[in-house]
Amino acid sequence: MTKTILLLTAALLAAPLAAQDLGAPMGEDQKVESVAVEGEDADGPLRGTVTDEAAWSDIGIAIPAFATDRERPTPANEAGTGALGREIARVITANLRNNGLFKPVGPDSLPQPAFSAIRAPAYGAWSGQGAEMLVQGYVTARDDGRLVVGCYLYDVALQQQLVREGWVVAAADWRRAAHKCSDLIFSRLTGESPFFDSRIAYIAETGPKDRRVKRLAVMDSDGANHRFLTLGSATALTPRYSPDYSKILYLSYVDGNPRIYVYDIGSGKQTLVTENRNPTIAPRWSPDGKSILFSMAVAGDTDIYLIPATGGTAKKLTDTPGIDVGGSYSPDGSKIVFESDRSGSQQCYIMDADGKNQKRISFFGGRCATPEWSPRGDQIAFTRIAGDFNVAVMNTSGGGMRVLTRGWQDEAPTWAPNGRIIQFFRTEKNTGRSGIWQVDLTGQNERRLPTPVDASDPAWGPIRP
Amino acid sequence: MNTKLATILLLASASTLAACAKKAPDDIPPPPLETTPTPTPTPRPTTPAGPAVGTQAHFAAAVGSSTTIYFDTDRYNVDTQDAAALQAQAQYFARYPQITFTIEGHADERGTREYNIALGEKRANAAKAYLVSLGVDGSRISVVSYGKERPVALASNEAAWAQNRRAASVIIN
Repeated sequence: MTKTILLLTAALLAAPLAAQDLGAPMGEDQKVESVAVEGEDADGPLRGTVTDEAAWSDIGIAIPAFATDRERPTPANEAGTGALGREIARVITANLRNNGLFKPVGPDSLPQPAFSAIRAPAYGAWSGQGAEMLVQGYVTARDDGRLVVGCYLYDVALQQQLVREGWVVAAADWRRAAHKCSDLIFSRLTGESPFFDSRIAYIAETGPKDRRVKRLAVMDSDGANHRFLTLGSATALTPRYSPDYSKILYLSYVDGNPRIYVYDIGSGKQTLVTENRNPTIAPRWSPDGKSILFSMAVAGDTDIYLIPATGGTAKKLTDTPGIDVGGSYSPDGSKIVFESDRSGSQQCYIMDADGKNQKRISFFGGRCATPEWSPRGDQIAFTRIAGDFNVAVMNTSGGGMRVLTRGWQDEAPTWAPNGRIIQFFRTEKNTGRSGIWQVDLTGQNERRLPTPVDASDPAWGPIRP
Repeated sequence: MNTKLATILLLASASTLAACAKKAPDDIPPPPLETTPTPTPTPRPTTPAGPAVGTQAHFAAAVGSSTTIYFDTDRYNVDTQDAAALQAQAQYFARYPQITFTIEGHADERGTREYNIALGEKRANAAKAYLVSLGVDGSRISVVSYGKERPVALASNEAAWAQNRRAASVIIN
């Protein structure tokens, strides 16, 4: 009998893709390999470490078009490697501008250095243009179709190279090289960890408010390389990238009920997080990707459970009659912050990873929902409900609460891999239209991400391997 | 017992999946063909007047607005008004014991997404528990929460939110 059930289950999982609402799989990621690039050694002092980010906002960073040794066609750009070099510089410029710390000048208003000048910049000319920092680079096409991208950062005043790096990427992954270069510059100038070479899972929304179509989608950290993963016949919600980007946890109504699925990005196949007739919601990965938190409603009572990512028996971590839901691990995996209405309204609580020592940390008035632990470990972002819905942060004891956004309904924060920037989604009053926004920890640099359609439920993945 | 139950569950989900292949699962299913023989001795008219037994239209014609009950913000308790509506439902379901149905729990947009799904679960289960207490067999009742994903009133104001905080009974067989 057990065998029969297994066979039946297997048959169900192998049902046609249409029945699972799944689009074509993305396939495996191509590797990006580092490659040595030539240039003088960067042995100067680390001039860029900052604590006061305002000090950097006036620095002029010039980012001219990346040069090419010889014009060659590439699948990455039909006009050839020269045009691609300009595109790469544009992506880097947009990255550095959009996080609010820098005011870079991009390739469209700068002279284009020759290939031979990449390693020997014309310091005098750049200094004359008011540039304090200079980003130069090159792109060359190899015979195997892959691209080599070199990235150099120069201090114009010191006439010194600060850092350089190079990467070999598949033509389709040329943006990753631009993001890696952005990360190199950002990290060298701020002393912060990188975050540009990362992806975001989210929900793409179309249609009227009462018949909203919600599809699982992914994109790069800057909103490019958007891709739908589900077809939209079933409502998809609340995705979470696995730490190694191989899987996405998300909720789908594909069988008529809210259930958590584990979607394998390479194969495009998905499985239930747990075989159970009860609805499962609010999926979360542990930092090592070995365990999954989910919330399950049994006869209306929602509690938080823990299950090995490979399957097995679920362990119940909370046990109150109220709604215990969500959960976000501290970076070391030892603690979990979650929300519960056991006190009468949604508030944030912390417990040990085994469910012990549950205690409330939010006592600042209003409600505390959707808490997310910063990758740095020192802050927790959450949805603060006090009239309107806003994104706020607090320390891990519930102190130092700061509200970062002022929308009518700002919900569900997610952290950049370096813990400097928070994305969330903002819903418009009446129309119900939604978009993904991001804000830095000062609350001053807020912007909407470009998405092809409305968007919600962003989940920022780590730096890509 | 367990294996029997498991088989039933698997069959149930298999038929759901088969249905999904044809159309979106969250659409309200089309009115089914009458398969259960009616217990009444009178011959059935060739062109029946009004909606057929086993359809949502028939249920709604019988109980009126009592197909749906409403809740206060963040609450899931069955109040006096809800109790009256559920009593009307219970009478209908006692009269047509062959009918199985789903209670859909909903929340208004002024809540976070995951909490609202959990809240919709609580509301739908509260309605189910009340119907069971009135004698409706729990095995006839399915429950699903849509959280804030399926509003009926589209404005962003108190009146609209009050309409959206609901548990709606829907005939599915």
